[in-house]
Order: sequence, then C-alpha cells, then structure tokens
Amino acid sequence: MKILSINFLSCAIKACKSSSDSFPLHAKDAELVQDEIELNPDMIINVLPRLDWAALRTTSSELGFPQLPEQPPTPFELKADETLLKDLHHLLLETQISEGKLVCGNCGHEYAIKEGIANFLLPSHLV
Amino acid sequence: MSRPEDTLAADVHYDDVEARKYTTSSRIQNIQASMTRRALELLDLKGPSLILDVGCGSGLSGEILSSLDAEEGGPHTWIGMDVSPSMLDIALQRDVEGDLMLADIGQGVPFRAGAFDAAISISAIQWLCSAETSDTSPAGRLTRFFNGLYASLKRGGRAVCQFYPKNDQQRHMITQAAVKAGFGAGLLEDDPGTKNVKLYLVLTVGGGSIENNGGDITGVVEGMEDVDVLDARKQLKSNNTTVKKGSKAWIIKKKEQMERKGKVVKSTSKFTGRKRRIAF
Repeated sequence: MKILSINFLSCAIKACKSSSDSFPLHAKDAELVQDEIELNPDMIINVLPRLDWAALRTTSSELGFPQLPEQPPTPFELKADETLLKDLHHLLLETQISEGKLVCGNCGHEYAIKEGIANFLLPSHLV
Repeated sequence: MSRPEDTLAADVHYDDVEARKYTTSSRIQNIQASMTRRALELLDLKGPSLILDVGCGSGLSGEILSSLDAEEGGPHTWIGMDVSPSMLDIALQRDVEGDLMLADIGQGVPFRAGAFDAAISISAIQWLCSAETSDTSPAGRLTRFFNGLYASLKRGGRAVCQFYPKNDQQRHMITQAAVKAGFGAGLLEDDPGTKNVKLYLVLTVGGGSIENNGGDITGVVEGMEDVDVLDARKQLKSNNTTVKKGSKAWIIKKKEQMERKGKVVKSTSKFTGRKRRIAF
C-alpha cells in the first residue's frame, strides 16, 4: 500500500462516512519496503493540489519519516526544487507498507495489510 | 456462451486455477488489451494521471496504464480494487506497478471525494448484478458502487466501464443506476450486432469540461471516426407528438407493441382501422 493511496483512502464503514475522524487512516505496526519507481514529475504536480497535506504530515510522522514542512509546496516551487520533488516521489510512490494495519480514527476498525494489499472487505452488516 | 456470473460470486469463481487460466490465456490478454486501449481513448487523458482500476484482477489492464509513453499521455499511476484474492495474488507475482487492494465494489468505493482523475473498469461491473446473499440486492450494490465512484472522481473526471450485460434489462439497470448517481452517461457499442459486441459505459462527472456541447455526453466521442450517435433522449421527445387515439396509425402502433410482447396479433390489411359501413 503506497503512501499516496493512504492519503486518499477513508474508512469504508457506513457510519463513519459522516465523521471527520475517519480520514486519514492511521498506520499501525507497519513494515515498510522501498521500491525503485521511475520519477514522473508531471504526475506529482498533477496530484499535488489534491493531496491532503495535513493528513500526509500525520502519516509520514507515524511512519517515522522526517517532518514535512507545514505548508504544501506550490507546483511552481516543486518544479524548481528537484530534491523536494525527489523526496516527495520517494515518500508517496516508492515507499510501501508491506505488512501492518490501517486503523480508522472514528470506529477503530482495523484494515489488515498483507503483502502490500489492504483488505477492505467488510461484513455485510457494516456496509 | 456460458456466463460465470450466473453461477458463482466473483471471489469464489476466480480461485487460484481460474485466475491463472484467465491471466495466461493469450486470447483473453489480447481482448483485454484492446478494450483497455479503447477505454483510454475514450478517457482522453492529457497527462500522467491518477486512475482507479475497478475490478483490476491480475492487472492486465493496469499494466497498459503504467506502460504508456509520454506522448500518449502516460505513464499513469493507478490503484486497483478487486474482490478475488487469487487474482490479486497473480498480480503480485506479475509485479505490477499499481497499488492493489482487496475490496468489494458492491460495498462502495472507500476513497475520499475528488481523489481520481479517471476510472477504468474492464469486464467487471456485470458481476454487481448477481447478489449471492439475501441481505444484498443487485440494485443496492449498483447504487453503492456508482455513488462511491461518483464521489471519488474529481469534477470533470471521466469513467469508462466496459461490461457484458446478460440482457437488455441488465444493461438498462446498470445505466439507470449510473444516471441516478449523478453521472452523465452514454453507451458506446463497438461491433454492434456481431458476436464480438463490446459495450462501454462512458460516464462524466460535472459538465462544462467538454467544449461546445454544454457538457453533453455525446461530446466524449466527438471527433472519433466510425461512431454514430443514437440519442435515445431525442427519440423520446419525438414520440411525444401523440397520434390520435383510435386512428389507423394508433391502431398499427398498438398492434406493433403487442407483437413485440409476443402476443398473437391479426395481420394488418386495408380494412385495418376502417369505419364500418352504416347498417341502415
């Protein structure tokens, strides 16, 4: 599960849809792996305005990454600063949670991650 | 042709054996690849985008998304959802680049609003029409899926879902569910009337992005060759110019209606709808 995906995932349970705590999901007992993926600057600049920066800061500090700046960089800054771009690329796309759990902040439901695949199947009474 | 949808649920049907068979069959690979390319053509993405692959299976379609050249608008980053663990296992072995998750699309799409540029789905959503337990209905599953999909796409985003409907009723049910969720929906039929007919449900979120046409769904296929636009909405309007009840045209229309229903109908002759001679 990439950090980019976690920034978009919220709790799937119906009762949590209205709660603001259901996003972001908190990583627990996470084992990380790094993958080499080719840098795609256009992609990151495209996604940047849609990222929830506060949620990304939470996730990255939970996973023990160095603290991100408080304000998201503008697309213009990102284009100019290659190290920042590479750091973001490394965090969002190359870092994966291979084993662990994602926990909803509202209901406490745990979504297990195994071999990098998160299990979002729910028993039918929670849908 | 046999339809696995009729007998088993998707996660049960695609066990380890079926998933391997599906992925290694060169025929299926070719068909999937051509359908993915067609769907990409309909999505008309301008640059590297974030795409949701609904029912990604073993990543046959995702592979094409991440292998596109820069001049074709790629490579895209994708997140795949599938309900079959065996299919995802094969995707892992094939080392696909996208992110995978095990989820049932009939339970909704658990992403926050406006996450994706586009969504693609190859031969998946007909599975929603078979509900295997008593506490879910096909209509409910379709509604949850399309509502979730609508929310997770950004404004001006598009989704293309290729699917195999069992009959006209199922096709109608799927399209109506999409329209109800708020999508602008259109159906594109490739090779109509042949055995290889392929149906693409083209969905748009929010109007305005398609130029000149006021956001109309037919704008999606503008400029494409060999595409005829059949607008069912316009037909509806022309039908509203009612024929006078009791007239010959009205009688013939009714007879055609009954005939379509399979009723036995007397053949039309020169006497049809003619006034009787006055007896006295």
